[in-house]
Parts: sequence; structure tokens; C-alpha cells
Amino acid sequence: MAIEKRRATAAEAVAGIGDGATVMLSGFAGAGFANQLVAALLDLGPRNLTLVVNSATHRLSNTHELIAAGMVRKVICSAARGHDKSALSAFEVLYKEGKIELEVLPQGTFVESIRAAGAGIPAYFTPTAFGTDLAAGKEVRNFDGRDYVLEKSIPGDAALIRADVADRWGNLTFHHAQMNFGPAMATASKLVVAEVRAFSDTPIPPEQVMLSGVFVDRIFVAGA
Amino acid sequence: MKPLNRLQMAWRVGQDIEDGMVVNLGLGMPVGVSDYVPQDFDVVVQSENGIIGVGPLASANAADSDLVDAGSRKVTLRAGATIIDSAASFAMIRGGHIDVTILGAFEVASNGDLANWDNRIPDKGPLVGGAMDLAASAQAVWVMMEHNTRKGGPRLLEACTLPLTAVRCVKRVYTDIAVLSVMPQGFLVHEILPGISRVELQRRTGAPLAFAPDCKDLITPDIALPEA
Repeated sequence: MAIEKRRATAAEAVAGIGDGATVMLSGFAGAGFANQLVAALLDLGPRNLTLVVNSATHRLSNTHELIAAGMVRKVICSAARGHDKSALSAFEVLYKEGKIELEVLPQGTFVESIRAAGAGIPAYFTPTAFGTDLAAGKEVRNFDGRDYVLEKSIPGDAALIRADVADRWGNLTFHHAQMNFGPAMATASKLVVAEVRAFSDTPIPPEQVMLSGVFVDRIFVAGA
Repeated sequence: MKPLNRLQMAWRVGQDIEDGMVVNLGLGMPVGVSDYVPQDFDVVVQSENGIIGVGPLASANAADSDLVDAGSRKVTLRAGATIIDSAASFAMIRGGHIDVTILGAFEVASNGDLANWDNRIPDKGPLVGGAMDLAASAQAVWVMMEHNTRKGGPRLLEACTLPLTAVRCVKRVYTDIAVLSVMPQGFLVHEILPGISRVELQRRTGAPLAFAPDCKDLITPDIALPEA
């Protein structure tokens, strides 16, 4: 049967993400947020989610709406500052009250742990964070005179990523810095949904594909 | 002479950037350094979000919301630029492929320890970003920061009081009144703002200073800050 990964609506594209899922969300610095898929996830309403997202509440993403709706048990991120500079965000209120768990990782460790999960690596050593509070309680080993911290990989149940163009096989291209965490998250998650600007009726030329469709399960064409 | 403003500090750091260097510039003051690198230099500015070859800020009509640097600034690309994903971008950083990273800081210790990520703002969640990766693995870490806190306390210390970003990593420090390097024995002063004596500089520093034999005046052009 011919592969057809396109789904007609964002709701169909995120269907099946259930309570307790670990959900990865791409996006960094304003580029690459799959905000229409996140809005559909908000409507779907699973509870006790663990979000794996670089910024817990980036002002150009709508991640904070999932948190404000009480759907999130834990956030794994590299930046946990508020959505709004002046006021405490829902995230910060919940964090202060001890109602949401937070794991902050250096951004390179964050993405390497995701990459490692996608490559079948359960844990790895890195010099990043050695001697800092973020390495507290983690195993340290010395290799050739330098100290390294043991970090575990981060696998996901679902990833919601944003890309530019998709074809029916799920092959993707990305526009500029929109790519960021998308490819790593796609390799690390069981269900990978890509929100794209445009659909190509013809196959994307192989040498232009930036993420192979084998890592992508569903496509939602959201427009610009 | 007045202490250097942030643009004069950026100018001074820019004088030490060499043709062909691959650099990463931290948020805040450090990103301004690229404005003071000679135009004919091929300096490659990397940004953590995957851009290799960041150019000047984009004009309003050329801005593209997908073409941003790690500080969410809408930027342009230099000729020869490439864009990679975050995993590859941090492989570049963690694999030692950055010649120099220029970072802001709260504190630097005389053994090179750096504290630049958590200044313990009450009620704010932690934000580390790529600072620990850059500080641990760039070939050289240069810090630019004001010499003293707003209350007048020292930022150059025998041991950091704020949470560390990385241990024994800082090679040079550019402040608004001095240029120093971090040597095995501690801080070594290379340049001092005219009008500040060695005694005064030592008084404003929280760790012992040594002075290079060729220690000289810290001189920059007058560069006005843009009107707020």
C-alpha cells in the first residue's frame, strides 16, 4: 500500500498521545515551534506529560499553555525562565509551589541525550557541567586526566516538530534555523509528527532531504 | 578617563580576534564584538542554534523569523554560511571546534573558574542554555564584564561565590577598566585604564594581581552608546 503520512487535521496528527507520555517539542529562539500541533495537543488534553523542550516557556511558543492547563508533570529543558518578563508565568508559580518537576540540563547535554536515545546509546560521558550544581549526584569518571559526567539518554514517546516542506513519505526540508532540535527529537521518539509549511506532490529530491521520512510518522500541512 | 562603555569593551575584544577564527559570542555584550572585527577578516561566527557564519542584524524588511541567532535576534548570513541542527551544532561546540567563545560573566576566579549562569534571581527558574558546553569545550574562553558589581563589589575573586558554569576554563578577562589573563599563578594584568593606579585596580579586585612587564594603558576610541 502506498505510504501516505499526511493527516487532514492537527487533531488527527496528534491523536493517540496519552496520559503520562514524554513529548518532545522542537523550537529555539523563535524558529521551529510546531505551535499548531501543540494547540491540538492542548485540545486533546492528556495529563501527566513530561515535556522535553529547550525553553520551558519561550515567549514565541505556546508550551506554557500546556503547563497552565495542568497537563504537565515534568519539564526537561535548558531554560526555565518565564514566558512573560514582568509577571511570574504559570510554570514559575507551579515550580515555586513544588507542583511541577524540573530537570535543567546544559543545552548540549540536552540535545546529545536526545541524539543518543535516537542512536541506541543509553548513557555517555561528557565534560560539560563537571564541577557544577548541574552535575550534582551524577557519576564522574576520569579519562586521560580529564573529568567527565555520566549523562543518560532521553527517549520520547512523541515528538512534535516544525519543518518547511514534506512529501508523502515524510521526507522533510527545513527553512534556516527552524531545524534546531527537530532531527534529533525525530530519531528519539516513537511517534513523530511534523507540522510543515507546504506539501510537495512530487518526491523531494534525495540530496535535498534534510531529515529522512523513515523518522517521521505523520505530516500536518499547516501553511506559513 | 571614564570606564569603557559596552561598545568600547566590544571594540577592545575585537582587536584580539584573528583572521580565520571560529568564534561563538554570548548573549548581551559579547554579540557586539562582531561589529569591531575588521571587514576584510574571514571570521566565522557560530551560534548555538546551528548557524555557522552569522552576519549583521537583518533590516526590518529582510528579517525572516526562521533566521535567528541563539539570542532570538533576526540576523543575516555571511557568504559561505551553513546551517546545521542542534545536535551537530553542539558536537561542534563540545568537540572543541570553536577557537574562542566570548562570554559575559558574574564572577571569574583566579584559577579560571567561571560563574555566569545563575545569579540567584528570586522566583525565577534556572536558565543555563549553552553556557556550560561552551565554557567546558571551546579552545579558549574569554570573558567580558564590568570589573565591579553595581554595589562596587569585586567580580574577580579568589573563589566564585555564585554557582559555577565550568571549572578552570577562563583564559582572558576584558573589563571596563582592565585587560587580564588567567595564568597558573592567578590574574596577570596587561592593560589598565589611564587614571587608575595599580593600587586602585588591586583595591577593586578580590584576588591578588600580578602586572605584566609590558603592562600598558587601556586605550579605545570614543564610541557613543545609542540613545535609549
